[in-house]
Amino acid sequence: MTYECIMAGFGGQGLLFSGKVLAHAALIEGKELSWLPSYGPEMRGGTCNCSVIVSDEPVGSPIIAHPNILMAMNEPSLDKFEAAAAAGAEVFVDSSLIARKVRRDDVCATYVPATEMAKEMEATSLANMILLGAIVKKTGCVKCETVAEALKQTISARKAGLLELNLKAVGRGFDFMNQDK
Amino acid sequence: MSEKVLMKGNEAIAEAAIRCGCRHYFGYPITPQTEIAAYMSKRMPKIGGTFLQAESEIAAINMVYGCASTGKRAMTSSSSPGVSLKAEGMSYLAGADLPALIVNVQRGGPGLGGIQPSQSDYFFMTRGPGHGDFRIIVLAPATVQEMADMTRLAFELGEKYRMPAMLLADGTMGQMMEPVSLPDDRGTEYLESGASGDWATTGTQCKRAHHIVNSLYLKPEELEKSNRERFERYAKLEKEECRWEEHLMDDAEICVVSVGITARVAKNAIAAARREGIKVGMIRPITLYPFPKEALAKAAAKVKGFLTVELNMGQMNEDVKLATGCAKPVAMCNRVGGMIPSTDEVLEAIRKEAK
Amino acid sequence: MAVVFSKPKALTDAVLHYCPGCTHGIVHRLVAEAIDELGIEGRTIGIAPVGCSVMAYDYFACDMIEASHGRAPAVATGVKRSLPESVVFTYQGDGDLASIGLCETVSTACRGENITIIFINNAIYGMTGGQMAPTSLVGQVTQTSPYGRDPKTQGMPIRICELLATLDAPAYLERVAVNSVAHVRQAKKAILKAFRNQVEGRGFSLVEVVSTCPTNWGLTPEKACAFVEEKMIPFYPLGCYKDKEQGK
Repeated sequence: MTYECIMAGFGGQGLLFSGKVLAHAALIEGKELSWLPSYGPEMRGGTCNCSVIVSDEPVGSPIIAHPNILMAMNEPSLDKFEAAAAAGAEVFVDSSLIARKVRRDDVCATYVPATEMAKEMEATSLANMILLGAIVKKTGCVKCETVAEALKQTISARKAGLLELNLKAVGRGFDFMNQDK
Repeated sequence: MSEKVLMKGNEAIAEAAIRCGCRHYFGYPITPQTEIAAYMSKRMPKIGGTFLQAESEIAAINMVYGCASTGKRAMTSSSSPGVSLKAEGMSYLAGADLPALIVNVQRGGPGLGGIQPSQSDYFFMTRGPGHGDFRIIVLAPATVQEMADMTRLAFELGEKYRMPAMLLADGTMGQMMEPVSLPDDRGTEYLESGASGDWATTGTQCKRAHHIVNSLYLKPEELEKSNRERFERYAKLEKEECRWEEHLMDDAEICVVSVGITARVAKNAIAAARREGIKVGMIRPITLYPFPKEALAKAAAKVKGFLTVELNMGQMNEDVKLATGCAKPVAMCNRVGGMIPSTDEVLEAIRKEAK
Repeated sequence: MAVVFSKPKALTDAVLHYCPGCTHGIVHRLVAEAIDELGIEGRTIGIAPVGCSVMAYDYFACDMIEASHGRAPAVATGVKRSLPESVVFTYQGDGDLASIGLCETVSTACRGENITIIFINNAIYGMTGGQMAPTSLVGQVTQTSPYGRDPKTQGMPIRICELLATLDAPAYLERVAVNSVAHVRQAKKAILKAFRNQVEGRGFSLVEVVSTCPTNWGLTPEKACAFVEEKMIPFYPLGCYKDKEQGK
């Protein structure tokens, strides 16, 4: 199986970081993978995305034309990548930030009020981790327990104090998918 | 080889260089290669090395020239517009027969261009990047693993042939992360071996005649001689050091030729085309200078045609035509300005050639 | 028989190519004497520029590197960072140091790089046959200022010691001349000090030597020395512009 995941939204939402955690988890599991950021001057506020491929086969192109997992954290990103998504793709929408519904009926939409949930945790900036939790739980692209290990390895020394909160946020994502069933 | 770690291509180059015993990095920030400088600025002070943010690309390459004159492994890195500024320095390095590593993580041009991936410095790098008659070794990595591995190769080939060597990557290669087995750390071992050429300017210690690192020959017959000698070395390099990867070429009727990110897109497209029954394979040049001419000429005898996939207006396409003597048609699928062809675009181009 | 005068050891036996009356020979000798007196020849690495002194690499007996035009301070930085125990000097003219290489000059000074720069200011491009230099005087006729340097269109001459003295990092900046015995003696002291500073780890030292170019000035060697005294020195006052050792 090859998971082709695009995480997209505004700069500053931690999209590159959540992609990094997913990539690390894949590394820990001995999977083949690639992580490719959109790069440029849009460090804050502009559009931003990253592409993560997790596969049992060696990764060819790291560029994803038709994602089978999409995480959208703003409307322009949903507009752009919904159209490109593969049939049957899992589309995760931060419903606190995006009012509209997914228009295609050949993809599977999951609405996570991630930013609201993060606010309740008093950690608005961790909506990305809640969504990551939801993605991992729902798609099984990596194992849930690997994500915690990946987070420990990925979080910078400067932010090590935030590890517990990050783990909690990922856990909220897992829980949300459990309730969703 | 060590356990796999997750790194950006740019970081893999920097760490690999350190593990090869490079302790001197001189550079100037420019997207999309700045991670190399940032990584070096963090690591070098901790291992007794030098990281120096130079006042310009020109100064940086000349610092490399000075350091390389002392026989040390020195490097600089930049992206296309910055590499234009290094052209003078590369010419002097070549003229003085100094090995050094230059990394070019290409972005779109000409002029200030853009910051997205490109392969449009192909001609500039492979034809001798600067004034005068010279070449530099040009290596084209297509994975983060190769970014690391080719760093060592570039140092070693440069020293063996006494010429500058370049890693020519596109922005994607620098920015993407993949698992990489870093080369074993033989930095200290290399440094303790005291390896430095018998030509280096390290001080005479009043025990030998002075060494001169120089590229000035005011007598034309001497300059001609020096040029010819250098090209004899290039001939040996061309004969012995060509590297390329062949992918599904055994029964191929169409041969894709591509490097870096486009070679990876092409691999996906080739897999898709094979599923449709199209006999297509790929030759991926790993050394761009020396260019694997013989491999392509050999393929020309078997295939119906070639298809280059590149991020420029057809620069490598010309090399394929030269290498094969235009024995078979050489088509092209290209995007420029920072655009990258999609798998579907390449697949469509393959289908067209298969008709 | 007692030897009372001989060629410094730090000069090779190569015959200098400089024009008759040119003061490069004097300055080469002063540099070599400094190297001899400090006993540093074996660990000295010199950087030759592009300009009349391009072939200085043949004249100094220490290891030598030929740099591209203006880049000698960057090359010197690379050498010094590689071999911190070595003594590294550049020998540059006014076009090399004050025009095309001004960025390298200022930046290297600003870093306080522990090197020695010998700067030959003769207000003209000699090697290429007498064009206007960044230090050519107002009204000076050269091949590319045939009507005399006009500040309105060609700007004013640049004073390097004064410029660099605005920086915090340099250890020592002095302007000297070699147009008279007294001045040569002073130049000798300054050059020796600029090398000693480096040996003692004081940092960036630059000695600007107001020099002559009889050929391109169109003057006899004697008149060229007088020109230095009457025209050059009034615009480029001799003296010490910075000396951290003396708290200056």
